[in-house]
Amino acid sequence: MAVTGLLLVAFLYVHMIGNLKIFFGAETFDHYAHWLRSIGTPLLPEAWYLYIQRTVLTVAVVGHIVAATILARRARLARPVKYAHRPKVQGSYAARTMRWGGVIVLLFVIYHILDLTTLTLNPNGVHGEVYRNVAEDFAPGRWYVTLFYTLSIVAVGFHLRHGLWSAVRTFGLQSPRGEVYARATALVLSVVLVVGYLSVPFAVLVGLVD
Amino acid sequence: MDIKVRVWRQENSSDKGRMETYDVKDISPDASFLEMLDVLNEKLILDGDDPIAFDHDCREGICGACSMVIDGVAHGPEKATTACQLHMRHFKDGDKIDVEPWRAAAFPVIKDLVVNRGNLDKIIAAGGYITAPTGAAPEAHATPVPKKDADLAFEAATCIGCGACVAACPNGSAMLFTAAKVAHLGLMPQGQPERDTRVIDMLQAQDDAGFGGCTNMGECSQVCPKGIPLTLIGRLNSDYRKAVRKQL
Repeated sequence: MAVTGLLLVAFLYVHMIGNLKIFFGAETFDHYAHWLRSIGTPLLPEAWYLYIQRTVLTVAVVGHIVAATILARRARLARPVKYAHRPKVQGSYAARTMRWGGVIVLLFVIYHILDLTTLTLNPNGVHGEVYRNVAEDFAPGRWYVTLFYTLSIVAVGFHLRHGLWSAVRTFGLQSPRGEVYARATALVLSVVLVVGYLSVPFAVLVGLVD
Repeated sequence: MDIKVRVWRQENSSDKGRMETYDVKDISPDASFLEMLDVLNEKLILDGDDPIAFDHDCREGICGACSMVIDGVAHGPEKATTACQLHMRHFKDGDKIDVEPWRAAAFPVIKDLVVNRGNLDKIIAAGGYITAPTGAAPEAHATPVPKKDADLAFEAATCIGCGACVAACPNGSAMLFTAAKVAHLGLMPQGQPERDTRVIDMLQAQDDAGFGGCTNMGECSQVCPKGIPLTLIGRLNSDYRKAVRKQL
């Protein structure tokens, strides 16, 4: 869980920094998107790097889901008879919603790829017109897309708040002070990520990007 | 004070079991939770009914025998308190209190609130010891131990093996128990020779016994009557990682 999770978080951060390039205008953003396809050339043929990265990410996502499924299955088997009286678990909201939160994030990722990678569900849907694809995607008339995007990103934030801290614990964090730093860092990284990702659709919504 | 208790009744391990409600009248607020059950049991015996079976021994909060989930919380609502040290003054007159056994596949119910916690012993048998010639106790000053290590080892050693961590864990994991034992011995000079095999074998025994996997929820530490810190699980993970790497 921890290894695949951290790989995915690293990707999320790079992806977020790329997204923020939208604030530098259509030309910069489209150029950046084009550059992504040319990473590694001429050593690698065009777009090969992208496919390598996609393969690694897919393996990480599948590994993450497989590990989570094994844990969930073991948890179910470990308590065949449920408690008749069970108050809410005292752990954080983030910790309690890891499993269903993860499912929401997965559904979002599938939608997101169909929307902005394959452009199947995109209202503009022209390869190379990245800026316009995003701007029309989050246009005020498509408020439901923005709403789903917002909910999903917040779900990612919660997922990371517990996930990041839990991952360092898995790697062996054990000092009480390290614990405090790890919790604070996990919270800050999650909030920064949520704000960074949400800034794009809301910028479109208020007309900063159009 | 008068209360109602809804208790899990189960004839034997093959019985399906059910919750049954009993009225308990005129209980002193100074009575412990187990004394309240004693009073109820006396009444049940006088009425010719089967008394409620529950584990107990020292009733001083140090043996780890008492094991019941009270209103959904292992050992009841008081922090860092065993069920035997929980007093009725923490409840209100007229309260309806639910009492259930530890719920885990690895802890099968024997009768009513009594479960078989032998699987914790299996984890201990897999590595929760040091191999040393027995005989007269060695001179205490012969092996220096840094104060910091001694304090943390002692904190881990306060684990009474009651199993509340498993009962509370949403995953039914025994990670806090195993982590406490691994830390307790792994921090001591005498525990070093078997440090690597210990953590690997004990975790294997834990998995084999049908306990769930740890997802760092932290419920275990919340209900632990000895307040065993969650950070020990990080220590176990670190020991495990190093032990596995050495095996490569």
